[in-house]
Amino acid sequence: MIAALICVVSAAIFLQFFVSYCRAILASSGNIALSDRVREVTGIANQEVGADDFNRLLQLVRLCPERGDDQSEIRAVGTYYGFLAVLNRVSRPLAPGFSVWVEKERKSCSYFAAVALDRRISYSRDLFTQQITDRL
Amino acid sequence: MLGPLDYLIWLVGFLAEIGVVVYLLSRKQVFRHFPIAFYMLCDAFVTCGLYYCVRHFGFDSTTYIYFYYYTDSLLNVLMFWVIIKFYQETFAEMGVSRYIRGAAVMLILLTAVFSYAVVHQNRTHLTSRFVVEIGQNFYFVGVVLTYLLWGAILKLRETRTRLIQLVLALGIYFSADACTYALRNLFPGLEPTFLRWFPPLVGVWLPLAWIYTLAHIQEDARLEPARLMVRAR
Repeated sequence: MIAALICVVSAAIFLQFFVSYCRAILASSGNIALSDRVREVTGIANQEVGADDFNRLLQLVRLCPERGDDQSEIRAVGTYYGFLAVLNRVSRPLAPGFSVWVEKERKSCSYFAAVALDRRISYSRDLFTQQITDRL
Repeated sequence: MLGPLDYLIWLVGFLAEIGVVVYLLSRKQVFRHFPIAFYMLCDAFVTCGLYYCVRHFGFDSTTYIYFYYYTDSLLNVLMFWVIIKFYQETFAEMGVSRYIRGAAVMLILLTAVFSYAVVHQNRTHLTSRFVVEIGQNFYFVGVVLTYLLWGAILKLRETRTRLIQLVLALGIYFSADACTYALRNLFPGLEPTFLRWFPPLVGVWLPLAWIYTLAHIQEDARLEPARLMVRAR
């Protein structure tokens, strides 16, 4: 009985901590404006980043050279996005109000991926410039 | 019997634990985060000890089992010290450090007395279900303490991003471990095939999350904790 209670309470608290942890990572990118360059590359020039854009943006991120310091946060947000996708499927018919929140969270994940892409593009440009300078 | 994946998880965990200590040493932040550094160092020593026990006595030996569960309990007591440090940081401006220290000493003494009493009563079957039960209780105390701390952070509108992320990572660690131990108690049959992977993976999570936070989040970074709350509209 006590083990079952501990199991349920711990699982509920785990979910709350996990969501808050991922939101803390997402919050770091929320205030960063996307550059025109990344808007052009991703085709989101005049519109906001959509909830379903995450996987497409992540594929673009993977095409860029790794910066080495963003892998763990991309993985954490990827797990969170997967979790939200499952929640979205379950909650849409059952709780539309909650589904709106899930959609907003998925948009935040996509925006995070766009910011990560922006950083990687800048990093690639810096690398390229450095190589050109070294050759000269 | 342990496979290559077990050793790989051990190695990654060990390197991450040492990584936290080395990072804090290199940034001269060891004294600022002393409980974290000390815990990680002890955890790395315990990992070495576990490896030694497996190599010399075997994975199924009583020596390994005793070493695993005793050191796990000791590490949990050390982790309470880390939590208390987080409490002190959260309540620093209120000047209640003395009371927190007093409460911490009381908590550790109570835990020790409770554990001694339970161990004394169950000494004949310490390595059976009892060790899983006491592990589950220790982790659950950790979950409750971390959850109360998280509540205090939200209530006091603590904005230090680094502290927030360190506490959240700790909450994930404790709740995942408490849940796993409870499931082991409920379904002992799941242990050899499925549940045995969780404690080592969660053990790797904590040093990795902490080293990420310490290395990437600036000391002066600020975050509004209310933004982290789940609010469905």
